[in-house]
Amino acid sequence: MFIGAIGCEPLQLRRVNLENSRSIETYRKNGGYEALRKVLDRMSPDVVIGEVKKSALRGRGGAGFPTGMKWGFVPKDSPKPKYVVCNADESEPGTFKDRYLMERDPHMLIEGMLIAAYALGSKATYIYTRGEYRYLIEIMDRAIEEARAAGLAGDKILGTEFSCEIYTHTGAGAYICGEETALLNSLEGLRGHPRMKPPFPAVAGLYGCPTVVNNVETLTAVPDIIKMGGEAWQKLGTEKSGGTKVWSVSGHVNRPGVYELPMGYEDMEKFIMEDCGGIPNGRQLKAVIPGGSSVYIMPASDIVGKKVKMDYEGLVAAGSMVGSGGFIVMDDTVDIFESTKNLTEFYKHESCGWCTPCREGTDWLVKVFKRIARGEGRPDDAQLLLDIVDNIEGKSFCPLGDAASWPIQSAIKKFPEDFKRHLLPLTNGKESGKEGLPTI
Amino acid sequence: MSQQFLPDNPLPQEVRVPDEMAVFSPEVEAEIDRHLAKYPLKRSAILPLMFIVQRERAGFLDPPGVAYLANRLGVRIMDIWEVATFYSMINTEPVGMYHLQICRTLSCKILGAGTITEHCTRRLGIKPGETTPDKIFSLSEVECLGSCGTAPMMQIGFDYYENLTTGKVDELIEKCRSGELSNGVR
Repeated sequence: MFIGAIGCEPLQLRRVNLENSRSIETYRKNGGYEALRKVLDRMSPDVVIGEVKKSALRGRGGAGFPTGMKWGFVPKDSPKPKYVVCNADESEPGTFKDRYLMERDPHMLIEGMLIAAYALGSKATYIYTRGEYRYLIEIMDRAIEEARAAGLAGDKILGTEFSCEIYTHTGAGAYICGEETALLNSLEGLRGHPRMKPPFPAVAGLYGCPTVVNNVETLTAVPDIIKMGGEAWQKLGTEKSGGTKVWSVSGHVNRPGVYELPMGYEDMEKFIMEDCGGIPNGRQLKAVIPGGSSVYIMPASDIVGKKVKMDYEGLVAAGSMVGSGGFIVMDDTVDIFESTKNLTEFYKHESCGWCTPCREGTDWLVKVFKRIARGEGRPDDAQLLLDIVDNIEGKSFCPLGDAASWPIQSAIKKFPEDFKRHLLPLTNGKESGKEGLPTI
Repeated sequence: MSQQFLPDNPLPQEVRVPDEMAVFSPEVEAEIDRHLAKYPLKRSAILPLMFIVQRERAGFLDPPGVAYLANRLGVRIMDIWEVATFYSMINTEPVGMYHLQICRTLSCKILGAGTITEHCTRRLGIKPGETTPDKIFSLSEVECLGSCGTAPMMQIGFDYYENLTTGKVDELIEKCRSGELSNGVR
């Protein structure tokens, strides 16, 4: 599997291919902990937040919210303790960048978290890692111990008055815990149900205290922003999407892997066909899901010859989203009805059950998909799916409902033939075919 | 959300106040103390502690293990069950010694996860969600494990096995049978 940068100097992936890339010695030899030193020596928390604002860094977990603004929401005068929580619950299908960032360069995350903690006045931070990534928790624990032994974590970091603890925490197999308020409930020892917003976590988060929850890749971007300066980092990308972005690429490509690209990389077609080695076995490109399973699916006709710019604005203009940056590439052997059914089953399994539209809706969707797959699809079933989706999208408690809806909406719109093929034909205004279809 | 491994007994375990509470070695108690020390509220340690109890109590949360957790965390028995039943990695039923968990989500699926599952079913004589009568193997289909670039894959306990082929699966199963392979529980 390929790991590296295309079209820019590697920043996030600078050390991943070095020998012993996990060790603190390798990290420090290659510029590690210089940003923390700089922050502690000569930057006030406000200046740090100002640099992050200037960098136009946007949350890399999926929502793309400006990170500097999120940090700015934390009230400065609150007497309560403040928390920084790293969201390493990476569970979005097609996304595996955080896994390799933590596996190959754990100290970069530690440095990012310490800088965030300094900027926000936090003395305790948690890395919430999905339960399946147990080996990453073990890697992080060892790295934290190394940092502590070197005076880089714990009391009086680098001999200054700044003290901060970093703790690892394990999830236990629930996609919903990647949603930040569900993550906080889980971290408090409860079921991972999302919370009502507002209040946002910046005001009342972990244990009711001001909390910032940031994705792994968001935090690992911070050391470079501090070292280069926010403006210089932003200029690597575009005006509204600063810096570089790490993409995960999987599915039918010759060279799957983790790719760091400058934001605004000029052409998605070139990326898939050249950088990722094109489609194997002489097949044709059929579709791409560019941002993890929750975003709109793109047919090849929306990519080939269209010069789709790979940043937040470019992908929206092309009819999809950056999301978590998980590319799933599909060749012409894939039936989009089947692929959408597969993802819908995922959302049904992962719906937390807290709100009715999502809990009942995803269940109904799967029932309809299964009935169609049994060969009992009715002529108006595509419309039925869209109607159910219409009752979920925007009406669920958290974005999981939207995430379950968008793949279906876009799949039916962009690949109607793949759905029609499974439905019984309409004859004389009546359904043909089997008698006594079971009511679903 | 947790899978049922006893198909002939689909009802959940009887929830009752147990007569006995699990007892652990000083080493395990020390491990538990290290987790509790991370949080201002003890309850936050519920998931890390569940993994420890599950590991020490033959792979699942049995009533004495649940009673221990409630007592250690200062919560009710029902609070433990409430959390345990939410998370798919917390077992409330016995599982086999080797728990083969095959990813079934899209990237793995289009690269042959179905073939891998069918192959395991044939080799082990059990369907996903079942355990072999000798309690050596359990088979599950699970959702995306973040191994899409190295698909298809499966997890045995906590260990990842990636870029699978049916040949590799045969090797793994043989190594499980001979006891050569770690069951990945820790």
